[in-house]
Amino acid sequence: MTAEATSERSRLTGALYDAGVTALLAFGLLLPLIGFLTVTDIRNELVLTTRWPLLFALAGIAGFGRLFYALSIEPWLRQRALRPAAVTPPAWRVVLGKWFVPFAVGFVIAYPAIVLAINGLGGSVKWIDNFGIQILIYVMLGWGLNIVVGLAGLLDLGYVAFYAVGAYSYALLAKEFGFSFWILLPLAGLLSSFWGILLGFPVLRLRGDYLAIVTLAFGEIIRLVIINWVDLTGGYAGISGIPRPTFFGIPFTANEDGFAAVFGLEFSPIYRTIFLYYLILALAFLTAFVTVRLRRLPVGRAWEALREDEIACRSLGINTTNTKLTAFGMGAMFAGFAGSFFAARQGFISPDSFTFLESASILSIVVLGGMGSQIGVAIAAVVMIGGTEIMRELDFLKKIFGETFDPTQYRMLLFGFAMVLIMVLRPRGLISSRAPSVFLKQRKTIGADLVKEGHG
Amino acid sequence: MEVFLQQLINGITLGSIYGLIAIGYTMVFGIIGMVNFAHGDVFMVSSFVALIAFLILTTWLGVTSVALALLIVLVVAMVFTSLINWTIERLAYRPLRGSFRLAPLISAIGMSIFLSNFVQVSQGPRNKSTPPMVQGEFVLFTKNDYGVTLSYKQLIIWGVTAVLLAAFWYLVTKTRLGRAQRACEQDQKMAALVGVDVDRTISMTFVIAAALAAVAGTMYLMYYGVVSFADGFVPGVKAFTAAVLGGIGSLPGAVIGGILIGLIETMWSAYFSIDYKDVAAFSVLVITLIFLPQGLFGRPDVEKV
Repeated sequence: MTAEATSERSRLTGALYDAGVTALLAFGLLLPLIGFLTVTDIRNELVLTTRWPLLFALAGIAGFGRLFYALSIEPWLRQRALRPAAVTPPAWRVVLGKWFVPFAVGFVIAYPAIVLAINGLGGSVKWIDNFGIQILIYVMLGWGLNIVVGLAGLLDLGYVAFYAVGAYSYALLAKEFGFSFWILLPLAGLLSSFWGILLGFPVLRLRGDYLAIVTLAFGEIIRLVIINWVDLTGGYAGISGIPRPTFFGIPFTANEDGFAAVFGLEFSPIYRTIFLYYLILALAFLTAFVTVRLRRLPVGRAWEALREDEIACRSLGINTTNTKLTAFGMGAMFAGFAGSFFAARQGFISPDSFTFLESASILSIVVLGGMGSQIGVAIAAVVMIGGTEIMRELDFLKKIFGETFDPTQYRMLLFGFAMVLIMVLRPRGLISSRAPSVFLKQRKTIGADLVKEGHG
Repeated sequence: MEVFLQQLINGITLGSIYGLIAIGYTMVFGIIGMVNFAHGDVFMVSSFVALIAFLILTTWLGVTSVALALLIVLVVAMVFTSLINWTIERLAYRPLRGSFRLAPLISAIGMSIFLSNFVQVSQGPRNKSTPPMVQGEFVLFTKNDYGVTLSYKQLIIWGVTAVLLAAFWYLVTKTRLGRAQRACEQDQKMAALVGVDVDRTISMTFVIAAALAAVAGTMYLMYYGVVSFADGFVPGVKAFTAAVLGGIGSLPGAVIGGILIGLIETMWSAYFSIDYKDVAAFSVLVITLIFLPQGLFGRPDVEKV
């Protein structure tokens, strides 16, 4: 027997052994929660039922998955590691890098037209609303939080609080005083920004994880106050009947002075949806544009310097307090814009929309995108939010797993799983290179793992 | 006075549960400098394991002795939760060791979302309530028709917490594993150089943290008799508050911080407003971190260039 054959065989036994151990481990892990199901019976008592087939199936899948990994993916990875790294990037990457942004911008501008062409007037609302607007809100929130986390390096786990401030500002002011959306949009941004600075002020001395936890606590406090201050906010019931935005004074109603009638079109809810789509698109572009310009200003450079090394910043005479506060205020302002847009789009808001889970989702979009990279954030928002939204559309799975199978309930489960998976595979995020905003002769993009990133 | 005494008893009970969870936060933070966001959800999972174990014992195996059932439930919950937390550390945190500082935190947040949704999907979104496991109480004294009582449940929680803390204290101060843990806490590289298996020590830290969370989970189930998939987050944050208040990294601090948070919460509910009791706990967290970031028993964080 040759040495090669021996090693081949030992690899096989090793893989089988690993697969066995994995299956056993999965069995042990899933035994209590999958193996047994607690159900409330007719007499309102908890009783147990068992799900042995499901338990064995899942443990088996884990074992075979491990076996497959060991026999096919692992050797491939090992071979790839042996190959010398290419000095120049392949041609397709150069083309992609050059044309991706113009193509993406063109696509999002043309998106409603494409959807209309495919689905017609009736079937398009869902696609523009659930996918277009929903994703763009998160892109905008991601870009806003990117200023705080990605540029200034301040970990903020309570970002959704400012989103809530913007939404409630718009809802309350519009309902009580009847101001229009266009007056309240900047006002909501201003109020959110004010809260951002107010909450930012006491926490500036904190660093890293501590800062994260305090911002989390602030976010929860604001949510709990919204829940309990029933006179003002309606508590859990929320606020409904929020005035919708108008097309420069023309409402989107079926009336005679409504949008459709004025422009001589047949009434359809699609016009409002398309209008809202372009509105959030414009707001998102505004966020991106402001961020790009700010990075070239002294304050933007101070943010990035602060992210890399706070002590060095201070010793160079940068006022770290002001720098951090501007980052907080700026990030909160965009959250306020997004919040007032959200209230105007939904027509109804309640504290349920502003839970910690939202903050975590936005933060994960920023980090998964590769902190600081705007393209990365946009891609991460499309992947994470679009991915969970698409779960709603997978009706064909019902044919496989039976009518009771509801794919939507697995959305957040997969969301959490994807967060862990992306972190483990690409801890630096999807776009993990850093391009300097200031350079001497030549712009040189480097891997983010070469950047120090001190704790700030 | 009667109200105060009653709330004192309730507060210490609640605080014991928080303290047990807080130890998990403080140990993990001490050894790898990471806020283990999923710990609250590990606690919730342990509560479900305890619920299922209790139902198996009482309805299928017909165990009638409550003390025996509780003991078995406790052990079962500890074993399974430890296994779960060990696997989580292995899959979600260990590959990220030495990566940049946000990576493990994001991974832990993802794990937290995963765990609570896993329980929701596998066990259903409704609250699960059990028949009362332990009934009966001592009436300490009665005055103006207001009896101050100490229930058997509360006594059990005090007793179990005290015994486990003693065992845990012995483990950390007197055993080889405890010594390795303290060494890794101070300097992982140096500890590795003198022959401490750092990876194994960190794994064991997660196992111990999970075992204590499982005790808290069982006690929580026994005390309230109801658990749902969403019950991990708020106790988790409160326990983290306790760990911060006591000084993160300090083990006695975590327990004392837990009891303080329990007391603040119950006293606030009794004397001010029950709606805002969570706001009170979160405010304590904010105030502590701003004015006393090293906590009551912690070492001040030295800034190095």
